[in-house]
Amino acid sequence: MILNKESVALMQKKASQYPRRKSGILPALTIAYRQVGHLNDQIYREIAKAINVPYVEVAEAATFYTMFPKQPTGKYLIQVCHNISCALLGADSLVEYLEQKLGIKKGETTKDNLFTLISVECLGSCATAPMMQINMDYYENLTRAKVDKILEELRAKA
Amino acid sequence: MTFYSPVITNAAEVAGSDKLHLFRYVEDANQTKIETYESHGGYGTWRKVLTTKKPDDVIAEVKASGLRGRGGAGFPTGMKWGFIPKDSPKPRYLVCNADESEPGTCKDRVIMERDPHAMIEGMAIAAYAIGCHLMFVYIRGEFGHCIETVDKALQEAYAKGHLGKNVYGSGYDLDMIVHSGGGAYICGEETALLNSLEGEKGMSRIRPPFPAIEGLYACPTIVNNVETLTTVRHIMERGAQWYRTMGTEKSPGSKIFSVSGHVKRPGNYEVELGFSLKKLIYDPQYGNGILGDKKLKGVIPGGASTPFLTPDQINVGLDFESMTSVGSMLGSGAVIVFHEDTCIVWAILKLIHFFRHESCGKCTPCREGTGWLEQIIRRIEHGGGKPGDIEKIEDICGNILGRTICPLGDAAVMPIQSAVKHWRDEWQYHIDHGKCLVPTRFEFV
Repeated sequence: MILNKESVALMQKKASQYPRRKSGILPALTIAYRQVGHLNDQIYREIAKAINVPYVEVAEAATFYTMFPKQPTGKYLIQVCHNISCALLGADSLVEYLEQKLGIKKGETTKDNLFTLISVECLGSCATAPMMQINMDYYENLTRAKVDKILEELRAKA
Repeated sequence: MTFYSPVITNAAEVAGSDKLHLFRYVEDANQTKIETYESHGGYGTWRKVLTTKKPDDVIAEVKASGLRGRGGAGFPTGMKWGFIPKDSPKPRYLVCNADESEPGTCKDRVIMERDPHAMIEGMAIAAYAIGCHLMFVYIRGEFGHCIETVDKALQEAYAKGHLGKNVYGSGYDLDMIVHSGGGAYICGEETALLNSLEGEKGMSRIRPPFPAIEGLYACPTIVNNVETLTTVRHIMERGAQWYRTMGTEKSPGSKIFSVSGHVKRPGNYEVELGFSLKKLIYDPQYGNGILGDKKLKGVIPGGASTPFLTPDQINVGLDFESMTSVGSMLGSGAVIVFHEDTCIVWAILKLIHFFRHESCGKCTPCREGTGWLEQIIRRIEHGGGKPGDIEKIEDICGNILGRTICPLGDAAVMPIQSAVKHWRDEWQYHIDHGKCLVPTRFEFV
């Protein structure tokens, strides 16, 4: 089992609130993602069993929604918004700066498995651009100094 | 205590106004707590409505207010509610659309992060109006912080008896579920949202039947935006007549505008509809002018799916009719400002990449067309433009527009069509010379 007891209990509780259990699929994917950090076929099967829906329905939903990585990532998944409002304030150069700081290219993970860097579509933080999301947290109004400090703090925490 | 997001608002101006209302308490860090919300009169309107008004009175009041949906389409809210069949034996559902994903738009999250009870109270009132006993809020999955804040507010509302069984002893039961999405822009479209809420892929449905007749689980359903439902609470508190003292005849009330891009003071500002776009961009209280005092090149006034305006078009009111009269749309109220150093091909490439990524793939014109457009525009941006490319872009746009089930196809092509119309010379230069006419390179500092 990949999913722990707490996740399974949470999925079952959530799914039972809806008039139809199938509505519990997306919340279950979110719960699994928060526990594991990514999703895979084994997890779809465990979810299907946990909330009593066909496996194929879980897999179908999971593969449609891009928020959930389907491969393991580093401990910290850095997602830089590259959409228009952020791009106007230097999102492309923010990505380059992170590439340089981390010594990886976009889409890669650092050797110590700490950071994965990707860029994503609009995260709804347009008036506080440029911004990035690391795991579930938003970091807004970014500057070079702020990015340096954030990475330092995450390294210290790891 | 600090706020989750450092975004700037005009809460001080709103607090000093006897009309503006949505942002009155958003700089009060305690407003998320139910005690503070109640001390500001919170849930008093829901109590008054539930114990003294009939559902039809609520619908009539909202109709009279002239409130129009704040999610983008601007459909009259009261009229939408009126489409719910009176004689259906099926349960009715209310869904609050908090899938805020239109590039440039970051207004609903301010309400959810800083005044979540106002949204819940508005939802409760709307639910009662349509005879719904189970309501949902669909929050985009990336907004983990909003989901937590709304969830906590929801628990508080239950604990205080504002939701649950036999609310206020009225005999009316009302439950609410917070649902998190999976990062798909398309789920902001109401029928795709309903599919997603049912556990399906977020693909739009053919209408009719409209959700008011057959929506969630094939039952009568109303989908309204966060800001719309929050506004309902204020309309029912102060009345339709009061609401109509703001805005214009056909676009009454106030609205939150998210100002982003090349302005000195990006932020979320609540102003009356009909407010000057120019003032919103240049006034020190709002956008405070163009970054680096550069010249304005263009503005997207209503989110990434609305047509560009040029500098000579910004002396215009921010309301549904005025925006249409200058060839654009009010949309979600996301004002994105571009200064003179922006290459239009570069900007459009960012947008079409987004729409291609977010196309759900159901309709061929959108699925294939957005891909072709991105390939051609990427080629032009990288110096490989060919004679005839502009005409090809126009042709593809024309074959997507109006030919898809949901508005995503239209959304993808409208900014492109306007950008080609307004800056055709710049596209031509890019094709002829293989490079930008203007030096686009935006550094983050």
